[in-house]
Amino acid sequence: MSSPVEDVTRPAGDEPFLVVDDLTVKFPTHDGIVHAVSGLSYSVEMGKTLGIVGESGSGKSVSSMAVVGLHDAKRTEISGSIRVGGTEIIGLSETRMRRLRGNEVAMIFQDALAALHPFYRVGAQLAEGYLAHHPDATKREAHDKGVAMLDRVGIPQPDQRARDFPHQFSGGMRQRAMIAMALVNDPRLLFADEPTTALDVTVQAQILDLLQDLQRDFGSAIVFITHDLGVIAEMADDVLVMYGGRAVEVGTCRAVLSRPQMPYTWGLLESIPEAQTDPTLPLLPIPGTPPSLLHPPTGCPFHPRCRFTGEVPGDLCERELPDLIPGIEGGEHLRRCHLRNAHEVLSNAAAKKSKVGRHGPS
Amino acid sequence: MAPPEIASDVDKQTTATSTANASHDPARAGAPLLEVKDLVKYFPVKSSGLLRRVVGQVQAVDGISFSINKGESLGLVGESGCGKTTTGRVLTKLYEPTSGSILLEGTDLAPLSGKQMLPFRKDVQMIFQDPYTSLNPRHTVGSIVGTPLRVHSVVPGNKVLSRVQELLELVGLNPEHYNRYPNEFSGGQRQRIGIARALALQPKLMIADEPVSALDVSIQAQVINLLQDLQKEFDIAVLFIAHDLAIVRHFCPKVAVMYLGKIVETGDRESIYTNAHHPYAQALLSSIPDIKQAQVGGRRERIMLEGDVPSPINPPSGCRFRTRCWKAKDICAEQEPPLLQIGGKEGHFAACHFAEPYDSAIHDAAKAQREADAAAKAS
Repeated sequence: MSSPVEDVTRPAGDEPFLVVDDLTVKFPTHDGIVHAVSGLSYSVEMGKTLGIVGESGSGKSVSSMAVVGLHDAKRTEISGSIRVGGTEIIGLSETRMRRLRGNEVAMIFQDALAALHPFYRVGAQLAEGYLAHHPDATKREAHDKGVAMLDRVGIPQPDQRARDFPHQFSGGMRQRAMIAMALVNDPRLLFADEPTTALDVTVQAQILDLLQDLQRDFGSAIVFITHDLGVIAEMADDVLVMYGGRAVEVGTCRAVLSRPQMPYTWGLLESIPEAQTDPTLPLLPIPGTPPSLLHPPTGCPFHPRCRFTGEVPGDLCERELPDLIPGIEGGEHLRRCHLRNAHEVLSNAAAKKSKVGRHGPS
Repeated sequence: MAPPEIASDVDKQTTATSTANASHDPARAGAPLLEVKDLVKYFPVKSSGLLRRVVGQVQAVDGISFSINKGESLGLVGESGCGKTTTGRVLTKLYEPTSGSILLEGTDLAPLSGKQMLPFRKDVQMIFQDPYTSLNPRHTVGSIVGTPLRVHSVVPGNKVLSRVQELLELVGLNPEHYNRYPNEFSGGQRQRIGIARALALQPKLMIADEPVSALDVSIQAQVINLLQDLQKEFDIAVLFIAHDLAIVRHFCPKVAVMYLGKIVETGDRESIYTNAHHPYAQALLSSIPDIKQAQVGGRRERIMLEGDVPSPINPPSGCRFRTRCWKAKDICAEQEPPLLQIGGKEGHFAACHFAEPYDSAIHDAAKAQREADAAAKAS
């Protein structure tokens, strides 16, 4: 391995490996500016997993594309700061970005069939990725490295399968191959964008297991993007909940999922049927639909769908965007909500949820 | 079926007598609404040459039997390629069954031609998975929901619009939006349009094929609650096809688990979710990521299956699950296990030579895994 785990070089100061600071991504369109991501800040330490949860259009994928530098530079306005291992990425030249991408930062995509080249053998695609960042390596070495990676991600008979084309792989194997491709240069930061959404649950369990194993071996930082709270619960150390292009709740996985302090997170958790709850009770959905990023709501982005705006004095929710700050309990658990005693209000509401309306207006 | 006014009279009668039998034929008292027997659907695999000879069969559905009572819902779960969608499509005769029978209130739909099917089509309606491709983008909502009414002449032409508006209101949409096009609606709203269309003919059975899997998490619960309310209100039986086990548990009092074209275990919600006996059902249940896990910390013991589902063109001999099963012995390759009743529990069946309760199975599987890991390390 070219960068053993011990060699986790911390940049100046004691900064985490990935720091995203006040990231804003806008897409100018014919209809106006799409505010895809607004003022997003987070950081990930080496060896840790950050889960980003959100619905489609919440900005979770866009923000990660910006970090990996895969956005369309001509059509995107980015501001803020993204530092990977101390290097500022925003404004970096494409040449330097290329050197970084794949080597330091890699990405696993949702749809492995679309992400793998259909005309090239899997082994050749892995070798190409290795050669791009190891110009001194011979083709033989690159090929062997590719086969070794296929073996590492649990593909049986890797030297034979390396000669296969992607369509000859099953869904789970393709995802394994893509993970192998992402890891071929031992990146220290891995973005996994819905890596198991297209897979069946038994295969999903295999892939999640594999990612955890690999993280233990390589000590890399992982940003895991998904809409599935169950997957987050299994994978992440910390969770960041996004809504309408903003972070609305951040904290440890345990804190956010067991003591949510933002009505949106609470609503998500309440709307999912669980293994232990009484199946005859109705679900408690979040009314309404996700906001338009073209015309984001004023004030709190969640207020048009929130059941608790009545608990906040005046029309604060409609007027003012709440800050992402700790609740009254303090600590590292941040939430963006005007409710002062959010946890109390939300747990009371959970207790009497059967009295609340079943399927609100749409 | 009679026009709606008479149909509602029938409904009143049934509720008045409060029997499960909605049929007009008293001889069928207590019989299920839908009875599927040994249903088989094979798709031919043709050679790529000029002759297009049939070189094999995709055994998508291979001899499944189940029944659904009036107003009841049955969940059909399994992974992609297990044949659950094909089953739904065969029941609506979107695919012709290869063999077997589909008895709807005693009438076998399987041999009927397209024309003969027509009167039965309104009894069985379908809700599709993808609300983006299942609505014609060039038709207005009024036309989409109104077409079934016109085709089956359920209401006179001048009443179609008002009926459409009633239906839209029923599914929680603004009735004034009947002249809008599907692209003006969000995913959740489109799925409501699809539900209104299925509801238009007052079906006795609805086939819901992954009705919420294309929707955002926060919208899924809205649609599930809507479906449940409508089901109760109109006493519709639902075949709920889904891969999301938590949603099926919530929606369906009865569940059937499919694997490679066969039903491997079936029973009521309680038996399947707390006392599954088939190794595949057990593995499936243990694979669901659990939010509660984060709250207690640590990892749950789980059965990890090896590999992927084999090809349905050449399914394994005997038990189809044996290639991924940690219990497989010689007998599994030789004999196909029949669906046998489990314990004294009525209606709980599993097809396994070595069926055993969940707790001991998960213990054994974990032990087998540890031994395999140790052996791999030693070698």
